[in-house]
Amino acid sequence: MNSLLAHAAPLLLAAEDGGEHAETVLADGGVLASAAWLIPVVPMVMAFLIVFFGKRSPLKGWGMAVGAMGFVALYGTVLFGQALFGDSAVVYQGAVEIGDIGTTTADGHASLLHLEWGWLVDGLSSMMYFVVGVVGLFVFIYAKSYMKGDIRYTWFFASFTLFAGGMLVLVSAPNLIQLIVGWELVGVASYLLIGHYWEDQENSSAAIKAFLVNKVADVGLFIGAIMIGLSVGSFRFSDIMEVVAGGGGTTLATVAFWAGVALFIGAMGKSAQFPLHVWLPDAMAGPTPVSALMHAATMVTAGVFLIGRMFPFYNSPEYAEEMRWIIVIIGSLTLFLPGLIALVQDDIKKVLAYSTVSQLGYMMVAMGAGAYTAGLFHLFTHAFFKALLFLGAGSVIHAVHSNNMSDMGGLRKYMPWTFWTFLIGSASLAGIFPLAGFWSKDEILASLQYAGENYPVEAGGAALANVALVVAIVGAFVTAFYMTRAVSLTFFGSYKGHGEPLESPKMMTVPLVALAVGAVTAGWLNIPGVTSYFTDAVGKVLVPAGDHHAEAINFAIALSASLVGLLAIGLGYLLWYPDKETQQERDTFRIPVLYPLLVNKYYIDDFYMDVIVRPIRGPIARATDWFNGHVIDAVVNGVGFGTKALAKPIYAFDQRGLDGAINASAAGTAGTGTFLRMFQTGKVQQYAVMIFAGTVLLVAGLIIFGT
Amino acid sequence: MIIMQFLILGAALFSLGVYGVLTRRNAVLVLLSVELMLAAVNINFVAFDRFLGDELAGGQVFALFIIAIAAAEVGIGLAIILLIYRNRHDANVDDLDLMKL
Amino acid sequence: MTMSDWLSQPENYVFLVIALPMVFGAWRVVTTRNVVHAALYLVLALGGSAALFLLLGAEFVAWTVVLVYIGAVVVLFLFGVMITRAPLGRQDDLSHAANVRIPAAAISFALFIIMGGSMLSYFGGEEFTADVGITRTADIGFVIFDRFVIPFEVVSMVLLAALIGGIVLARKDPEPKEVESVDAALAAPEGGDA
Repeated sequence: MNSLLAHAAPLLLAAEDGGEHAETVLADGGVLASAAWLIPVVPMVMAFLIVFFGKRSPLKGWGMAVGAMGFVALYGTVLFGQALFGDSAVVYQGAVEIGDIGTTTADGHASLLHLEWGWLVDGLSSMMYFVVGVVGLFVFIYAKSYMKGDIRYTWFFASFTLFAGGMLVLVSAPNLIQLIVGWELVGVASYLLIGHYWEDQENSSAAIKAFLVNKVADVGLFIGAIMIGLSVGSFRFSDIMEVVAGGGGTTLATVAFWAGVALFIGAMGKSAQFPLHVWLPDAMAGPTPVSALMHAATMVTAGVFLIGRMFPFYNSPEYAEEMRWIIVIIGSLTLFLPGLIALVQDDIKKVLAYSTVSQLGYMMVAMGAGAYTAGLFHLFTHAFFKALLFLGAGSVIHAVHSNNMSDMGGLRKYMPWTFWTFLIGSASLAGIFPLAGFWSKDEILASLQYAGENYPVEAGGAALANVALVVAIVGAFVTAFYMTRAVSLTFFGSYKGHGEPLESPKMMTVPLVALAVGAVTAGWLNIPGVTSYFTDAVGKVLVPAGDHHAEAINFAIALSASLVGLLAIGLGYLLWYPDKETQQERDTFRIPVLYPLLVNKYYIDDFYMDVIVRPIRGPIARATDWFNGHVIDAVVNGVGFGTKALAKPIYAFDQRGLDGAINASAAGTAGTGTFLRMFQTGKVQQYAVMIFAGTVLLVAGLIIFGT
Repeated sequence: MIIMQFLILGAALFSLGVYGVLTRRNAVLVLLSVELMLAAVNINFVAFDRFLGDELAGGQVFALFIIAIAAAEVGIGLAIILLIYRNRHDANVDDLDLMKL
Repeated sequence: MTMSDWLSQPENYVFLVIALPMVFGAWRVVTTRNVVHAALYLVLALGGSAALFLLLGAEFVAWTVVLVYIGAVVVLFLFGVMITRAPLGRQDDLSHAANVRIPAAAISFALFIIMGGSMLSYFGGEEFTADVGITRTADIGFVIFDRFVIPFEVVSMVLLAALIGGIVLARKDPEPKEVESVDAALAAPEGGDA
């Protein structure tokens, strides 16, 4: 195996002190790291095996899927544990060369079109392996029970495993090309899974919407990747970071601003940033496990992950740092506006979807403010509690057979496990001490404040960060508010349906409990001043991020956030908890102007439909059709007519010329035959004449000419 | 006596026989002409036998054989002609053309 | 040998006396308009050949010709003429028309010239050796049963075959059938007949 590696040079990792431009070095990671290529490969292979053999296997493919996820979870846990608690700096990049177009440049960079399949084992990827593996494992276990009796059970697990493989390809990619490959893979898997119940037109439309919106954003991703790759001469992250670490004045520096913008546009699509967030709520048409894993915990975080992977690029003043204010603005908008929409949703999954969009906004704001660790930390904790919330919602939906909260109520009595885990998840999301969400949200707010004080760009940038901070705090209020609403309408009050809903089976509730544990404890990895494992872990990358990590709790921020959260809960409680019978009537947030705006999702979808979709569907499509029919078809038809016209003389030639020749030869043969037949009279005497005449001639000839 | 006189005689008889074979319309007469040709050959054989002074008298023996064969051939030939005549009531060779194409 | 030398030998006169009628007879065989006459002219030709054989000293052959050829073969011919109801007496259509006769005459004449010419060029005026003895019949008998016994046997087989064939060919059909047309009769295999 070692002989196939492109890079195996063992070099020392310089000090982890952020801010200094450390040497980008790679270490020899031992067996675990060198075998880490299995992490994406095992699920991908398993996905194919499930497609071909799943139906015949005893568990109908679930066993194979869970086996793959279990493997990834175990491996990811080990690697992440190493990153968290181990002291050796393990940054490893393995690669298997596929091909090479062009030659190696003079300073050792690989040639531009050097195709290789690689795997990175560093802090960031290990964290993602862990998240994808562990959360994925629990979701898969949950899904066995949730998807029981589903019309396409085996195919579901095949696509789901494919998704897991694609996500792992994405996070383990050592170069932009492979990252894009993984990016597209998860896009495909998302399409397949959102449209799982494609018999309903709505669902397949939602899948197409998700795919197309992502594709629009992917244009940015491609352009950005090409710009960076061409400037550096290589697509490898290590090479890019080397250039970045080497200071400004390079080709990359000249394009860095726009490349950064382009890449961020790509991230906007995948991570549902405003205004490209429109696909995520509709993606709830897919089965709940899909929503839990893909559209909460992992796939949507790919955009954040990309920014994180390229963070030195975004953190360096000579490069893309100048465009970070764009990220802050968009992140803030994303954080706030969709959160408001969540207040007027009846579908519980849609509430959670808008919540996800909002939380993704938090992560992006953090990244934009230069808080690498905060953004990733929130990604980490969010994965746990949001997946938990979705699975809980799925449990409720499963029991009530409806997505709408207006059909629920009072489920606390009937589904205790679901209720308590859901409550823990909501509290974590709302940022209640000492749950995980508190720590990660707090870190973001603290970083925003820090950025407001220390934003390296011109003073305008600092003001922006302060505005973002305010927005984030208000957003925390909104978050707690809508979650309280959701909990109240679902679990409190009286049950609106008929009969008695049953608690979900163990296979569904056990993962809920497991994720709840995560939702509680995950934040403890990075208690400011006490533990900094997470920071250390994600700092073990090629070029350490050099972001700010507070040495102590910022009490001002922590207090204000907690107060805001409690305020929201109290207000919500007042609004929705008492007087169970009239609860539903009071669930009308009908502030005159605001309500219609929220219900129609700020008319963004309508805007897209009227301005973009309808013109393309209508006039543009018609024009293209005309062109196709009249121009292209005319060419084709012209060729056809021309051939036909050509065929006529050829036919004539064939009939008269060739056939004439053949007929003439036949006639000639017949004529010769008729002539020769005159000698076959059947009369012996004539034969005798011929014999004697011939003899005479022969002898005469011999006498005259012979010897 | 010179040999040529016999040879010329034989040649003359043979040629006349050829003429008869080619010309005659009655099958019996054609057969007759064939007999003439055979007679000419006999003369040739015996003449050469005596000319060369053959101890074995091979020419004469062969002439005897020819006579025997000629007799057999005439018998069969006439039998065939008889059959043809029985079927057609006519011994005209012109009508014996079933072998034509 | 010149003509005068040749004519000075008395046997040559005899030869001429025999040969000329022979040629005349042969010519008449192929040109006469009477079938029976043709047969009789053949007798003349064959008789002449017998006489020549005597002249050459081949006595046995001469008498065999008379007995077999003239005595049997010609008689057979006459029988054939009678059975095929050839019209006796003068018949104008015994030979083909001129369009056949002239080419046939040309061919036979050419044949004669070629044969005669080639033999003349080879043999010229070679003479017989002086002593043309008479061949003893006993000698011929010895030769036949000594050197030529196999051809002799074969010829006897041929005669046997001819005998049988003639009988089979000429006998009447065991069951005479009604024949609608000559072609049908010829096409259909005659029952039991060869």
